[in-house]
Amino acid sequence: MLKFTEEHEWLKIEGDVATVGITEHAAGQLGDLVFVELPEAGASFAKGDSAATVESVKAASDVYCPLDGEIVEVNQAIVDDPSLVNSDPQGAAWFFKLKLADPSAANALLDEAAYKELVA
Amino acid sequence: MRQTWGPDLEDISHLKHTPLNALHLSLGARMVPFAGYDMPVQYPDGVLKEHLHTRAAAGLFDVSHMGQIVVRPKSGRIGDAALALEKLVPVDILGLAEGRQRYGLFTNDEGGILDDLMITNRGDHLFLVVNAACKEADFEHLKKGLGDTCDVRMLDDRALVALQGPRAEAVLCELWADVASMRFMDVAEADLHDVSCIISRSGYTGEDGFEISIPVQSAVDVTQRLLEHPDVMPIGLGARDSLRLEAGLCLYGNDIDTGTTPVEAALEWAIQKSRRSGGDRAGGFPGAERILSEFANGAKRRRVGLKPEGRAPVRGGAKVFADAEGKMAVGTVTSGGFGPSVDSPVAMGYVDAAQAGNGTRLYAEVRGKYLPLVVTSMPFVKQTYKR
Repeated sequence: MLKFTEEHEWLKIEGDVATVGITEHAAGQLGDLVFVELPEAGASFAKGDSAATVESVKAASDVYCPLDGEIVEVNQAIVDDPSLVNSDPQGAAWFFKLKLADPSAANALLDEAAYKELVA
Repeated sequence: MRQTWGPDLEDISHLKHTPLNALHLSLGARMVPFAGYDMPVQYPDGVLKEHLHTRAAAGLFDVSHMGQIVVRPKSGRIGDAALALEKLVPVDILGLAEGRQRYGLFTNDEGGILDDLMITNRGDHLFLVVNAACKEADFEHLKKGLGDTCDVRMLDDRALVALQGPRAEAVLCELWADVASMRFMDVAEADLHDVSCIISRSGYTGEDGFEISIPVQSAVDVTQRLLEHPDVMPIGLGARDSLRLEAGLCLYGNDIDTGTTPVEAALEWAIQKSRRSGGDRAGGFPGAERILSEFANGAKRRRVGLKPEGRAPVRGGAKVFADAEGKMAVGTVTSGGFGPSVDSPVAMGYVDAAQAGNGTRLYAEVRGKYLPLVVTSMPFVKQTYKR
């Protein structure tokens, strides 16, 4: 199941674990990324907490945790090469995997069609 | 995710446009409000490529939002205008030869900086280029200070573009071969595509380059033709900022303002010997007492280069500490970001004089962490001016 937030995160949900990244639209708006800071595995976040930071040449932006949950894995590849987020934001450049406190809460997020409409 | 730049849609309706506004839009620029103007922050290739292209070939910047001011002596004698302007800037203007340009500062009675500017001796008048956000105030300041002896006129019928980078000379030479004989800070008048332009060999990127003042009716045509050259790319304010930061150059409003003095800002080089204590025309500018005293005794704090040791950029506003626990505050970062040419973060800011020595290790607070950075001489990149 693929879901989106109005803050431009995407979530690929398999069982009770969501793989989270930022959308192609967001990556395009940010421009060339030069630095990514990820949370530690094991950390817990509530929906809306700042969980990661991305920095372009010019500015820093927060990446919000899209739902309540615990970080179970982070993607070191985008820390080593932040430009991956620009080249493959909705594929190889995922940010973290989140074990959801309440998987049913994902139903309230946007589906792909609704997100596309949002950024159209 | 929180988006941090992009125009505030409610605000952009009253923004002023430069003569090149439609050209920026046709080139696919992303526009943002800057100093009351609708300005390109980047073009489709993005800040990183624009920055690196400027260092490798040539970048073209629209700087028409800046103020161009003519100061003409009523007596007809340029020396009268020079002496009048010396009452407002701590700079040697009388000794500025015809066809030469010099960096200067307007100071206030407390020794703070009202604006920084470029001053050119054009033979029968002085030609000033000032910052966009300050230009109305600068104009009033000049009229008040010089109005008795000079006619002060803001030129609103000229655009200004900067062509910067190692290929800038070759590009301009195709239009006017004599440009090759110009040295850094020379100013000349020449026809480019049959348009009379004022060309200075200067800029604000740390690269060799030129600023070109163009009559407004020909601005789009001349700019478009410069852009047709395969070595030239349009560059937005995003890369302008990262280029000047790598070059160690101050941005007015960020790194210098009415609360900073020239000595604190490490701009002593802009105050020539003739205006310092013991010089032929020492003092006589606003704030001279404090500024000359700081020359003699040093300032309490100092603008320095700051090189973060890690990969995380340290932005303007970050507090700087002497220790990794954030107990002893020693200063503030005023500009910081990522330097594409040095492939690492770079920053500058003010620290207490005791911490200002090169090699001093300090810590900047970023998102609750204390990141190590080292006081480093600037520029972060090698300057390539043709002296």
